[in-house]
This record gives sequence, C-alpha cells and structure tokens, in this order.
Amino acid sequence: MAQVTLRRLMKKYDDTFAVRGIDLDIADKEFVVLVGPSGCGKSTTLRMIAGLEDVSEGEVLIGGEEVTDVPPKDRNIAMVFQNYALYPHMSVYENMSFGLRLKKFPRQEIARRVENAARILGISELLERKPRQLSGGQRQRVAMGRAIVRDPKVFLFDEPLSNLDAKLRVQMRTEIKKVHQKVRTTTVYVTHDQVEAMTLADRVVVMNGGLIEQIGTPAELYHSPATGFVAGFIGSPAMNLMACALEEAAGGLRLRLADVLAFPVPAERTARYRPHVGKAELLFGLRPEHIADARGPLEPNRHAFEIPVEVAEPMGMETLVYFPVQDFQVCARVSSAAGAAAGARLKLAADLNHMHLIDARSGRVL
Amino acid sequence: MKADRRKAMVWAYVFLVIFAAFFLTPPLYMLITSLKTNAEISAAVSPWWIFHPTLDNYIELLTASTYLTFFRNSALVSLLVVLITMAVSIPAAFALSRMRFWGSATLATGVFLTYLVPETLLFIPLFKTFVAVTDVTGIELINRWWVLVLLYPTLTVPFCTWIMIGYFASIPKELDEAALIDGAGYLQILTKIFMPVALPGIIAATIFAFTVSWAQFLYPLAFTTSIDQLVLPVGIITTLIRGDVFTWAQIMTGALLGAAPPLVIYAFLMDYYIAGLTAGATKG
Repeated sequence: MAQVTLRRLMKKYDDTFAVRGIDLDIADKEFVVLVGPSGCGKSTTLRMIAGLEDVSEGEVLIGGEEVTDVPPKDRNIAMVFQNYALYPHMSVYENMSFGLRLKKFPRQEIARRVENAARILGISELLERKPRQLSGGQRQRVAMGRAIVRDPKVFLFDEPLSNLDAKLRVQMRTEIKKVHQKVRTTTVYVTHDQVEAMTLADRVVVMNGGLIEQIGTPAELYHSPATGFVAGFIGSPAMNLMACALEEAAGGLRLRLADVLAFPVPAERTARYRPHVGKAELLFGLRPEHIADARGPLEPNRHAFEIPVEVAEPMGMETLVYFPVQDFQVCARVSSAAGAAAGARLKLAADLNHMHLIDARSGRVL
Repeated sequence: MKADRRKAMVWAYVFLVIFAAFFLTPPLYMLITSLKTNAEISAAVSPWWIFHPTLDNYIELLTASTYLTFFRNSALVSLLVVLITMAVSIPAAFALSRMRFWGSATLATGVFLTYLVPETLLFIPLFKTFVAVTDVTGIELINRWWVLVLLYPTLTVPFCTWIMIGYFASIPKELDEAALIDGAGYLQILTKIFMPVALPGIIAATIFAFTVSWAQFLYPLAFTTSIDQLVLPVGIITTLIRGDVFTWAQIMTGALLGAAPPLVIYAFLMDYYIAGLTAGATKG
C-alpha cells in the first residue's frame, strides 16, 4: 500500500510562495500527473514529496506514514530527472545497482533485479556501457531502470521526456505507460505538456500559480473544466475563449459574440445561466473540434454561420481554420474535404452542446 | 573562410613558438651549463656550446649526502603537504559548494581572500607565533623541516579549495539528488560520486599543491637553518654559493635535478587532467 497524501502543503522562498497550499490524495497504484505552465509549483511539489525540498508548511504522507521531515533516502521513493542524472563514471549496471549496493543487498539479488528491470526496458545489451555511450532515449531508460530496481513505494518523474526529440518523446511516453502497467507502482509525474498529462494519467492535477486548479480524469478535465485556466490549458489546439454578452431573448437566452454573430443558449442551460444575464466580463469557450463544417441537416443546438477564412492549416485528416471574431482569433477543425483555403468564405457550425461559459473575474466555469 | 583559418593558424603558431622559446631557453641554458666544468664556465668562451662535456657535476651532487638530504626533505614535505591539502580542501569544497548552510557563501569568499594575502606578509607573524608556541609548550618548531608541512597548507588549502569548489559546482545538482534518493549519505556522495567525477579537478589541485610546496622558497629560508633541515631550493643556494663564489655548474645541475620531479608528475597526470569525465552525466 503506497498512497501519497499532501495536506495544506506550502513552499515559501523568502517572501514568495512557490506552492500555496496543496491538498491531494493519490491512491495506491495510481498514475497522477501534475501539469501546469512553468513556475506553477508542480516541480516544487514533486521535490517536496521526494524530500529534496524542505516543506514550509503542511504535511506529506507516503503509505499512511508522515514523512514531512524524513530524509529522501528513508522515504523509499525513486525519482527520474529531466536530465537523467546518471552517474557518468559508472556503467549502466553500476548505475542501476547503486542504490541496492548502498543498501547492501546480496549480489545475486542485485543481479536478478537489474536484469529484470533491463529486460522490462529492453536495455539488457547495454549493461556494460557508460552513460556517455548511450543515446538520449537509452539514457532515459537507464534512469527509469535505476528507479525500477529499487522497487520503491512511489515513482517520481520530473519532466522526464523534455530533453527528447518529438518522435522519441511519443515513443517513451508509451514506454512509461507500459512500465506502469507492468509494475503498478504509485506514480507522480510532472510535465508542462498537457498531451503527456492526458495520455499518461489516471488522474491529472492542473496547477497554476502554486495552487491546484482542478483534479480529475483526463476526460473530466477535457469535457468539464472547472476554471477558465483549465479550459484553456487542456486540449490542443487550445479552446477558443472570447468575450461575450448574455442577453434575454424570446423563449430563452442568447449569447452575443459580435454585432452580427449570436447564438441561442441551449434550452437545458438557460436556468443555469440566467443569473448571469447582463454580467460584464463573461467568456464564451468552445473547442475547435466543436466548430466543424456545416454539412447536411443540423442537430439541435448546432448553429451555422459563415466566416472568411484567414489561415488554413491542413493536417491531413482535417484542416485547422482560423478566422477573426471581433478581436479574437478563432480556430475551427473542419474536414479536409471542406476545401478550406485562405481568403475563401466557409460555412461552419458551432456545437453549443459543448460550450462553456466562464466568469472572467473569478475564472470559474459557470 | 579557409584562408582566414589558415592565417589564424599561422599567427597562432608564430606566437606559440615565441612563447615556447621564451620559456624553454632558461632550462636549456641550465642544461648546457650543467654539462660544463667550472673552468669552462669561467673561461666564458661560448655560453651556448660545450667544448668538454662532462657528467661530473651530476655524479658529484648525487653522491653528496647534503644534496640527497635536501631532496629527501623536499620530497617528504611536498608529499605530506599534498596529502594534507587534499584531505582538507576536498571535503571543504564539497561542503561549501553543496551543503548550503548559514554563511557558506561568505565562508567560500573568505577562503579565497586568505589566498590573496602574500606569504611575504605572513611569515613574520607566523614566525612570532611559532616562537611563542615553542616558549609555552616547549615543542621546538623553528628549524625543523616538518614544520614546513604545517606552513605550506596555508598557501595550498585556500587555492585548492577554491578550484575544487569550481569543479564541484560544474557537477549537476541532480546527480547528488539522485544519489540522495538512492540512499547515499553526504560522505558517500563525496567519495562515490563527486571524487570520481571531479578527478580532473582533484588532479589539477594536486599538481598545484605539489608545485607550490616543491618550489616554496621564502618559508624554508625563514624557518629552517641547519643543513640537515633544508629543502632543495634553499639548500642549493646556501651550500653551492660559498661566500661570493658561485659554483655555477653545480647550481645549474642541482636546479635541473630539482625540476625533474614536477616534470615527471606533469607528464603522468596530464592525460587525466585533460579527460573530461562529466561527459554523458546529463543531457550533453
């Protein structure tokens, strides 16, 4: 059993807070990803779990035990660093076995564990090499191997894929997921890449400005973001967010995006949105994938409108179309068959079933 | 582009040759003089040519017990000073560069500042202190070769600590963090990670400490007087200059023989010194 619990965790450097109070429960065997922009406190939080950073206030519990002031070596954790941090003068085998040798494990046990980890990671033939003789991907595997052999309660990953090229990153991402499915060790993973977060995590913790914005499964974050920040951060290309006005209209509510562009609010949301009618600083959010080309009959709550295409980015399967609405650049995801080209006019349909209304002042999704 | 490069190379060689000639001429002159007889030197026919080459000077010095005593004293002092310097400055540099504690930055600067105080300023107060210690404890500290072992580290430790701090600072922080998580204590991080990784730096510091101790002149001149307590640099001038008679051939031979150990050490350690061991530790 190795759940990780953070209670009112804070980190203060001189007068500035890096982490402003984090409460988080990570279940045994769970894969949790901390994601957020740089400076959001995600790495600091991870380092506090590792014991590499003193905790200013709050508590860290690993496996039910309070470890807030326990040194890293006694927490039974393993960590993989962004720059791998392999010991340059040791071979791969020595790197992986270093922790076990310090703990005076019997020789055969060390060999068994290292070989097992090497097999899982496909680096059995590299055991005699020195780190400088390895490629980036291989070094990353060795760093993971060093974590696996220890059989720790918790794996901590600090942006482990940031130094790899795009192709290798995708490959290693799958690899990390595979390893987790095999060893089932509780994992806390830090990244600034929301795609990594979405693809790897059982649950994602979105952080911003030293606080947690939202905790949820990838699907929850994608479909029901709690804040404007999460809405804008999760998803690629990012959700379109633009200023709007909420008006009373015959038989319901109306969202006005521009003088000539307004959509009726879906009937099932009118009750929820009515208190916010006339409020200033409202943001309308809709993902690019929910603005598609309008072909055939429109389902309920899909509304067609015509726009001048400013930029078209063909992606193969689909085309990203950019067009202006007031001061905002809006992105739509249309089928490549729609034949969108810059300068042309295109008929699109906005699917308001997936819309979000955000109070810009509080940042909450309404 | 290619012509530019060639031009740069030509100039580089020109200056390197001038540089080498400038610094190699004195040793060459020493070598030539050491192979002459005193009579030939006095005749002063041609300083750059030997008409009657002889090894007598070498044989004379290497069989003279005083010269061998100087040599032994120098070797013992230098060896012990190197050991003491490394034993002090490696842990000191590790602590100052990695174990952040109150005042560590000030202390690191302080260590460097002590190096800036010249020995010409220090030897009189040090001498007075030693005399006072002798008066109080009765332990004779003046005119003992081993006292130099206590003196030289005041010169070598600050500088070696400073270069080791620089070397340790170049080791990525994640390396000690990885070791901390792997279960290593600070002493293990130092001996199992830092010392092997910073070996080129340790060797550079060793070379420095050895050279300083081997060539030190002022302290032994001030602190030792008896023939059997002298080290090479002082020994040569006190025994081979008799009154106003300079036995140039022996002086040059003695100096040349004295320069041999550092040369041998440089030759052996140069390869290690150049090797960059940190390659591959992190994203390179």
